[in-house]
Formats: sequence, C-alpha cells, structure tokens
Amino acid sequence: MSLQIEPAVRQFVQEKLLFGDKSASFNDETSFLDSGMIDSTGVLELVVFLESKFSIRIADEEVVPENLDSVSRIAKYVGAKLNSSTKV
Amino acid sequence: MCGIAGIFDPLKREIPSRHTLHRMINAMAHRGPDERGFHSDADGGLAHARLSIIDLASGQQPMSNEDGSVWVTFNGEIFNYVELREDLLAKGHAMRTHSDTEVIVHAYEDKGPACVEDFNGDFAFAIIDKRRGQLMLARDRMGVRPVYYAISNGVLVFASEVKAILQYPGIRAELDPIGLDQSFTFWFPLAPRTIFKNIFELPPGHILIAGASGISTRRYWDLRFPMAAGDSTVWPHDEKEVAEELESLLLDATKIRLRADVPVGAYLSGGLDSSAVTALIRLCKSSKLRTFSVGFESPEFDESQYQQEVVRALKTDHQSILCTNKNIADVFPDVIRHTERPILRTAPAPLYRLAQFVRENGFKVVLTGEGADEIFAGYDIFKETKVRRFWARQPGSAWRPRLLRRLYPYLAGLNAQPQAYLQAFFKIGLDKPMDPFFSHLPRWHMTSRLKTFFSPELRRSLDGYNAVEELRGKLPPEYKDWHWLSQAQYLEAGHLLPGYILSSQGDRVSMAHAVEGRFPFLDHRVVEFAGRIPPRLKLRGLDEKHILRRAVGRHLPASIADRRKQPYRAPDSQCFFGKDAPEYVEELLSSRTIAESGYFDPSAVEKLVQKCRQQEVVGFRDNMSLVGILSVQLLDRQFVRHESMPEPQVNLTASIHEDGIKS
Repeated sequence: MSLQIEPAVRQFVQEKLLFGDKSASFNDETSFLDSGMIDSTGVLELVVFLESKFSIRIADEEVVPENLDSVSRIAKYVGAKLNSSTKV
Repeated sequence: MCGIAGIFDPLKREIPSRHTLHRMINAMAHRGPDERGFHSDADGGLAHARLSIIDLASGQQPMSNEDGSVWVTFNGEIFNYVELREDLLAKGHAMRTHSDTEVIVHAYEDKGPACVEDFNGDFAFAIIDKRRGQLMLARDRMGVRPVYYAISNGVLVFASEVKAILQYPGIRAELDPIGLDQSFTFWFPLAPRTIFKNIFELPPGHILIAGASGISTRRYWDLRFPMAAGDSTVWPHDEKEVAEELESLLLDATKIRLRADVPVGAYLSGGLDSSAVTALIRLCKSSKLRTFSVGFESPEFDESQYQQEVVRALKTDHQSILCTNKNIADVFPDVIRHTERPILRTAPAPLYRLAQFVRENGFKVVLTGEGADEIFAGYDIFKETKVRRFWARQPGSAWRPRLLRRLYPYLAGLNAQPQAYLQAFFKIGLDKPMDPFFSHLPRWHMTSRLKTFFSPELRRSLDGYNAVEELRGKLPPEYKDWHWLSQAQYLEAGHLLPGYILSSQGDRVSMAHAVEGRFPFLDHRVVEFAGRIPPRLKLRGLDEKHILRRAVGRHLPASIADRRKQPYRAPDSQCFFGKDAPEYVEELLSSRTIAESGYFDPSAVEKLVQKCRQQEVVGFRDNMSLVGILSVQLLDRQFVRHESMPEPQVNLTASIHEDGIKS
C-alpha cells in the first residue's frame, strides 16, 4: 500500500511545496518543518491534499508532525489509516 | 516637498549639461509640479522640481546666499525653521525670503556640514560650496526623504529618485543579484545598496561630501538605546511622568508639523496611531480638519467601522476611497515604477490610490501615524519575540507556547493551525535566545524560502552569499548590550522603516501624486525620548505601545485607545487572477518572459501561478512569492529594458527658473 502513497506525496511536495526545485536536497525522511518547506498554510494544504487523494478523514488531533512531517511518516500514517478502514 | 537632482565633478572638468539636468528633473516632475529651477556653472549643477508649501511666492530653488557662493537644492521640510531663522537673524544673517530653504543656506554658512544636526525635519538636500569647492548631500535621521547617487567617470550624479539618475548619459539600470537576495530576505536592499548595480542610496542619518580629495560619507545620527544592564537606573521617573512628558513632546512635534502655507489634512486608518495624530492635531488647532482613508471590499482588510468611530468622536470632515482588487492590479505597474524596488506585498498600491484621492481633493500635505509601531513597540513581532523568549527559558513547557495563539487573532489561517504546527513555526532559533537576531530569524527564514524561485544563473552569481551575515556585520557596536526589545526595535526602526515603510509605502507612493506625508512620531526628539523609555513601559505584558496609550489615550474613544494592533494589510495574489486580471500579469509571468529576464526559474513560476490560480486560499509565502516575482519582472521591463515606460510627464504650465531668474 505504501508504495502508492509515497510517489503521490513526493509529487505533491515537488509540485506544490518545492515548485519543482531540483536543487533542494529532499528525501523521504526530510522534515517539512525543519527544512522550511511548508509555511503556516502549507500544512492545511497538505491535509486537504491527503484527504481528497486518499479519501480519508484526518481528525484535528492527528494533525501533528509525528504523522505528517515527512514523506515516510505520511506513508506510514496514511497506510495505517487505509488499512484500518478496509478492515472495518 | 519636491524633487532634487544634481551633477558634480570634483575635478571641475566641464560645466554640467543643462539639457541633462532638465531631463533628470523632468523624469521626476510628479514630485514637484508647481515650478522647476536650475543652476549650473563650472562649480556644479543643481536642479529642482517644486511642490510649493511654504513661502509660495519667493521660495524658488536652487537658492543661494547673498554672494552666490553657497547654492542649495532641497526636498522636504525643516520644521523648526522658524526658530532657526530667528537665531540666524540675531547672528546678523540677512534673509530675503521666509522659506525654510534659505535657513539651510545660512545655517550652512554658519556651521558647515554640521548644520544638519540643528535641523528638525524630513529632508534631503544638496549644497554646493564654491569657496571650498565641494558638494554636500544630506539626508534626514529616519530616512523619510530619499536621495540616490551614482558615480560616472568620477562625476557624482544624484537625485531624489533613481529614474532621474538613469537620464544621465552612460548610466544604465541593471538589477543587482545581492540586492535581489536581500530583498527576498529582509523585504529591501541594505542601504547604501539598491536593487540597481552601481546606484546607491545615501542611508538615513548620513551626509556625503564630495571634493577634490574624493567622495566620502559619514553618519551624523543613529538610533540609540540604553544598555540593558542599566535599564532600571536610566529612567528615574515613574510611568505617569514619562506619559506626561511624552504627551507634551508629541503635541509640539505635531504643532510644528502643521506649519504650511497650504491646508494640511490627515490619514485616518482607525488604528491607535493615526487616531492619536488626529487627536493631537485637534488639540493644536480648532479649525475644520479633513481626514482621508482607504477601504477594502473584503472585511478581512477593511477598517471602516473604526474609522467612523474616530470621525464621530473627533469631528473631522472625513472621506474614504474604496480600493478594489482590480484597482490594485491595475495600478501595480505604476506603483513599481515609483517604488523602484521589488515589493513582496501589494500594500503600497492602496496607499498610491489614497494619495491620488487626497491630491484630487486639493491637498498637498497630510499628517499620518507612521513610526509609532517602531518606536513604541507596536508590531506583533515584538510580542512574538517576548513569547518565544519566555518559551525558550522552559522549552519543554506545554503551556508557554500556547501564548502564541494570542499573537495573531486577525490571521484566520494561522489560528486554524494545530498547536503542534503553530509551535513548529515559531520554534526557529529557540535554542539561540542570545542571538542578536533572535526576534527576526523566523521571519527572515520564511521570506528566504522565496529564493526557491531564483534561476540557476542567479544562484550561481550569488555564490553562497548570506544576507543575514552581512547585516550582522553592520550592527552598531553597542547593539549586543541592548535589551532584546531595543535590538528588535533597532531592526524595525533602523532598517524596515526606511527600507520599506517610509519608501515603498511612504514617500514614493505619495510623492507619485505630489502629496507630502508628515510624521509626528518620527520627530527625532520623540524618537530619542522613546529610545530612553524602559522596555517594560513600551511592551507591558503583551500590551503593545503601553506608554503611548497612557500618553494620548484620554483624547480618544475608549474603543480606539484600547484597540489591539491590526496591521495594515491589503489583498495580495488574488488581485492578479480571475476575469478582471489585467493582461500584463499573464504576459510578464509567462514562461517565455520569465526565461528572457532570467531572474527566476520558468517552470517553478508556472507551478506557482497555477497554484495561485486554482486555490481559493493562498498562504503567506506563495503570496509573497507571486507579488515579489511580478514586481521584479516589472522592474526589469520598465527600468532595465525601458519598455512600456511612459515618457516623463512634463507639466508645461510650471514656470522655469534659471539661476534664480524666472524665464
């Protein structure tokens, strides 16, 4: 499952946060916050993107850096969310 | 208030061309539509475009002393000229006029370049001293009035605006990569650097002397604050005494700023500062007062309700102009032609419209509340710093960072943030509370992200340049010993104020319509007094401008005196998209044009444009990026390529004076 999540998130980051900047050293572990990639509205954009792309609902208390601050964290968080929803 | 220009060859190789002086002054005809004057001989050339405000009949410039050995061209006001004139007359100087200009000439005769220290005002002037064979340029302490210069083949060429300097044969506009980097870090280039290569700004509080021994500049005034360690002993008075002394100083600063031989109005935004100035004017004179404001379509930006409250309480004759998103986009190219530097917000555009409106109503002079946020600590960044410092003492505390929520009640987007994210944005530099830039690092960090759009060529030419480190090297030696609030105030009042507020949002957009702004809070006596007020009386708890409220609050409606700061903001990127968007936007942001001008990466800009077009809400950074990129493109088009640059408007009804003789 995570294989499908990661490319989509990477593409979102590339297009909407980095605007295609190839020089930015960015990998799946890079912190969006520490690298300054997102501003105060950036995280809201990210939430809207994830909700519409993966048809999930992200609760307010889940909007924390532990879940959303890098490609790999998002993959893990969204992956778990998708798994639990298919099980139900 | 006027435009000045001049040409000075320290080696006196040839007489400056009158034709060039005419071209220079005509490029700034907007600054002084009432009269033009020229003086040129072997000792140098001066030019002047006049906006007549004081001594309408006989204040023509350039003006000389009795024997013609000292000539001046002057932009601005010396507000204490009445008192200086009496002193000079008592010393035996003979005056032909009642103008402040003539006071400069005689004060210079008396004291030489040091005369500038006696002037209380907003000024930029040039003096040719034929006996000493030198030229002096001077600029006011806070940087209200501008003066730029370039050196071409050893000849000093100067003017109130860059566009006049570009009329000099051989001087071409080219954007400076470091100026761009600084603008995309601090919002402005660090003076004396400008956005144009080899064109310099005389920094606030400086004079320049050009003569046979060369060209040099020196600072004659700077912002000063007491040492942090001595905070409690510096000020012997209690809060009440400080407030009373401040009130009487502000009254005098306002009173001398009402000196004019034309009617004086005021800007009224509905906030504390402009309301305070309006109330102070009311205390100085009882006659009818005209006030002006700008309103917006969106309630997010509009402050009309507060304006009406002040108008009712202070009984002014008030008029407001609505500035639509379409207006902002339509005037934006003209605004950039006047700011002559990139801007990252559209906020100067509504003020450009407002000045036009004031002028249409027959006013040349307005008093405004500019400067209070800098000198009395009104900006949110001061409160933000206080909360961050408090938090930094206990970084593990869960509740300390919750105070961050109180900082920006008017920013819906920011307040929608989950706490964890809110904290993350303000965390930058939290581990370095002793860093002299602790207050500003989060802001500069965010703004610097805009450089993502720089083209590979621009990045290469910058070669790892670091703007923040350059500023670090320019700080006064005492800075490190000041209280943290004083340090943050220095960065605002000493840099952002002249670099953006007084220029792009001040002189340049109001003088585009020949409207002079006057700022009682920036009277240097008020600034020096405010510098000595202990930080705890400026920012008490999270009560900003506390001492100012104490000093003038009783003259205002309670709702205004207690009103929290709402910074002046205007709609940004949304103005440039949608069905009303002007054609130039798409053209200047197209991949082809972006590639041609070469400053930005075309595909990155394309992605940004798409994002701004599609998205209903655009974040700070994307807004700043779009406005910044568009303004650089406009600078390139209008100044570097000279395309769609309207011909200088020459007012043929203005009378012309050559060497003091009307022609």
